[in-house]
Amino acid sequence: MSGLVLLGAERGFLSPTGVEITFLLVGLVTLGGAVLAVTSRQLVHAALWLVVALGGIAVLYLLLTAEFIAWVQVLIYVGSVVVLLLFGLMLTKAPIGPSPDADSGNRWVALAVALATAATLVTVVVDAFRTAWIELDVPQGTTEIVGRSLFRHWVLPFEALSLLLLAALVGAIVLSRRKKERR
Amino acid sequence: MSTTTLAVLVPLLPFLGACAGLAAGRRAPGFVRPLAVLPTVAAFALAVLVAVRQGGGVGPDAINAATELTPTGNALLPIDLAFHLDGFAVLVAVLVGLVATCVQLYSTGYLRDDRRYPSYAALVSLFTAAMLLVVYSDDLIVLLVGWEVMGICSYFLVGHYWETAAARSASLKAFLVTKLGDVPFLIGILALASEAGTFRISTITTRLTSQLSDFELSHPTVIALLLLAGVAGKSAQFPLHSWLPDAMAGPTPVSALIHAATMVAAGVYVVARLLPVFTASAAALVVLAVMAALTMVGSALAALAQDDVKRVLAYSTIGQLGYLAGALAVGNRSAATFHLLSHGAFKALLFLAAGVLIAAAGTGSLTAMARTSGLRGRAPDAFWTMTIGLLALAAIPPFSGFFSKEAVLAAAEHAALDPVAGIPVAAGWIVLVAGLATALLTAAYATRLWLLAWAGRSPAAATVAPTELDVPDTPVTAGGAGPEARAQTHPGTAATTPMNAVLWLLAVPSLAFGLLYGWLADWFAGPSLAPTLTTSVLGTGLALIGALVTYAAWRQATAVGRTPDPTPALLGPLHQPARAGFHLDAAYDRMFVAPVRGGARLVDFLDREVVDAYVRGAATLPGWLGTLARRAQTGNAQTYLSVLLAGAVVLAVAVLAAGA
Amino acid sequence: MHLAYPAVLAALLFSVGLYGVLARRNVVLVLISVELMLNAVNLNLVAFDVWLRDELHAGQSLTLFTIAVAAAEIGIGLAIVLLVYRNRGSSNLDELRDLVERDPGDDNSDGDAGDNTSRPTASAAAAPKGEVTA
Repeated sequence: MSGLVLLGAERGFLSPTGVEITFLLVGLVTLGGAVLAVTSRQLVHAALWLVVALGGIAVLYLLLTAEFIAWVQVLIYVGSVVVLLLFGLMLTKAPIGPSPDADSGNRWVALAVALATAATLVTVVVDAFRTAWIELDVPQGTTEIVGRSLFRHWVLPFEALSLLLLAALVGAIVLSRRKKERR
Repeated sequence: MSTTTLAVLVPLLPFLGACAGLAAGRRAPGFVRPLAVLPTVAAFALAVLVAVRQGGGVGPDAINAATELTPTGNALLPIDLAFHLDGFAVLVAVLVGLVATCVQLYSTGYLRDDRRYPSYAALVSLFTAAMLLVVYSDDLIVLLVGWEVMGICSYFLVGHYWETAAARSASLKAFLVTKLGDVPFLIGILALASEAGTFRISTITTRLTSQLSDFELSHPTVIALLLLAGVAGKSAQFPLHSWLPDAMAGPTPVSALIHAATMVAAGVYVVARLLPVFTASAAALVVLAVMAALTMVGSALAALAQDDVKRVLAYSTIGQLGYLAGALAVGNRSAATFHLLSHGAFKALLFLAAGVLIAAAGTGSLTAMARTSGLRGRAPDAFWTMTIGLLALAAIPPFSGFFSKEAVLAAAEHAALDPVAGIPVAAGWIVLVAGLATALLTAAYATRLWLLAWAGRSPAAATVAPTELDVPDTPVTAGGAGPEARAQTHPGTAATTPMNAVLWLLAVPSLAFGLLYGWLADWFAGPSLAPTLTTSVLGTGLALIGALVTYAAWRQATAVGRTPDPTPALLGPLHQPARAGFHLDAAYDRMFVAPVRGGARLVDFLDREVVDAYVRGAATLPGWLGTLARRAQTGNAQTYLSVLLAGAVVLAVAVLAAGA
Repeated sequence: MHLAYPAVLAALLFSVGLYGVLARRNVVLVLISVELMLNAVNLNLVAFDVWLRDELHAGQSLTLFTIAVAAAEIGIGLAIVLLVYRNRGSSNLDELRDLVERDPGDDNSDGDAGDNTSRPTASAAAAPKGEVTA
């Protein structure tokens, strides 16, 4: 969106700070990775472009001073989720190399819906938050801060989540275990 | 018990008998016969007792009793359960009781092997109750109730052998044709009651005949003609007579009771009761006279050409009812009732004898009977009683038919030659001429019937007779003795004792009732019923001529032709139309049935092609929409999700646009 | 830093993920797109948490939870994908069309949906029943 419209804020968009420039650049890389991840005709490449996008998001977390989240992102997403996805591709015998039918016939509808969503969301977000400013002087997401709040205020959900994970684990095992032929 | 109580019991007993008979029918078959016969006999005895106690006379001599049955919303016009017992009513009731008793007794023998005897007997009892109600009733609505109950009983009884198509269609025809007359009849009753201000017959007639009051109906012709339509339907008068010959598809005793002696006479009886209403309109009387004349002559010609015994008798019934209507058209109800009584007796006798004859011959066809010799020996009682009945029918003195018919003719002559106020001369002449012509024809067909049925001695008889006997189920004409022959025991089986006893019981009034004319005139407190010289000589002479000519023709036919039927020679070109009832059914078919069918087809076409087109059109659009909606169900989750999200976006944009 | 930057980026990432979900045939690629959408939400959560300086740090905590739930989701999801692939011989989303509207009068063979019996669909009718891979 054009910054010209948003000039009413106390700090203009035409004089970005260093953090903002970095954020912008990394954000572009992230967005590019995401776009490639959803458009690539090579399935494995798509998964790898996802790594770029997720890694970019981790960097953005860092820029937002949420370093714990950033590391968790790297560990879980880049480290395990992507590996799982790659395994999934492999187990479903995804073809190596470009597969021309990676996109369904629904593509143009999907594009229209996505563009409409993007337009709506961006319009709303920009309209609502063009004057909001994030002070990054005090880090807000160090391990200490996050850990303190997590174990002080969010213990119960945290533990519940561990149960959820356990259930998911069991469920995944049950689902993927090969059943014996009953008949 | 007072006379009124006895009179109440007369219709009530057969009604209770009918209910009990219907209830007992399946469970206690042993009670069916007593339950059928005993109440009827008791009702007959009570009717006689009532008649004796009433002692004749009309007007002031009548016994009236009434109790309010139901209010009608108009306080001045209540429906009463009212009895009016005058000389006519009590005597007709005696006739009804007599014939019903005879028929019930006869049926015990005639239908002894019939599976549906219980319901049959109960329906006959119910019919008897309804007829007695009609006879005694003084209230037009109560009379109408009895009238319609008779109609429905007639429907059921004509359709007794409902396994045959002829019986089914005959019962439907009888019901529908009589109903065709009953609708105007009902309208006429209501119109009459609203003009007269009461449903009571006696009140109406008193007001109309009273010299003191100036009461006059404002539309006597309309009312009389409306009532006449119902009478024509019930009494089988032209043009609504066509149901009666077909109704012979019913069992013979039913024909005797309902379609000869009683129900068909009910129409004429109602006219007799309401005669002041009719005499109030000269036009109605002329219409009645013309109707009677057409009916008489036409039915007599048709009777002469029929092949089936019962159809001959049916047409003869129509003709005799024409005499009754003619007597009423000249305003003489004593003569009408006299002939009603004697005709009821001898016609019931004829039918019952014909039942025996058909059973003996195994067929109802006269041609077949003519080839069969020895019927006389096989059913001697039927032979003798039928001979008496036919002599009475042909009005040969001194049988009852002679006196009663002479009474009618004398009344007509009286009306024609000495004009009386209120009675059109034209009606008198019409009735007189038609009556004399019919006397000739009646004698002719009675003779023919007798000769063909009993004097069968054709040259081929010896060879033909055995084959006729070996084939009991010989197809017969639509009159329908076929099912009876089947329901009966084998042809040739002798009639049972009660059947013969009944025949002789009925032969007595047929023989001698006419001699009571002097006493009857007193009883009715009416004009003399004695035969006058002119009409007697004329009528009897004509009857003898008819009989002799028929005999001569029969001799000639037997001598030269293969068929002994004298009719073709007698009627000449008229034979074929007369045989088909003058094609009236075909004419009705062309005039009414075909247009209605065509209209129905048109409506059907309009309904299917026009109305339904809109309905189908209305269904097409939703159908297309449904097809589209089905197209959307691709089964692809991504499509669904796309649509869902697109919808969400549209909603969001709509909300934003509304908020902006 | 302007809040608009992370917010707009999150919106765009979400839309990209949305496109992927709707457009991709392969189920694994759809899961990848779902991950992108989740991450877009996470980015929003963190950005708003930092902007609001929330005492409870609800945003970051929720991000952690989301990451954990996403991990569980990817595990279960992949297990289901594997199961489908094993039964159908295909992991293409537009071939799993058992819910398609059929003409009335077609058979509705009701093998219960819970077990492994395959239901041949119009396009996957030729897929060998119970084909097992890997």
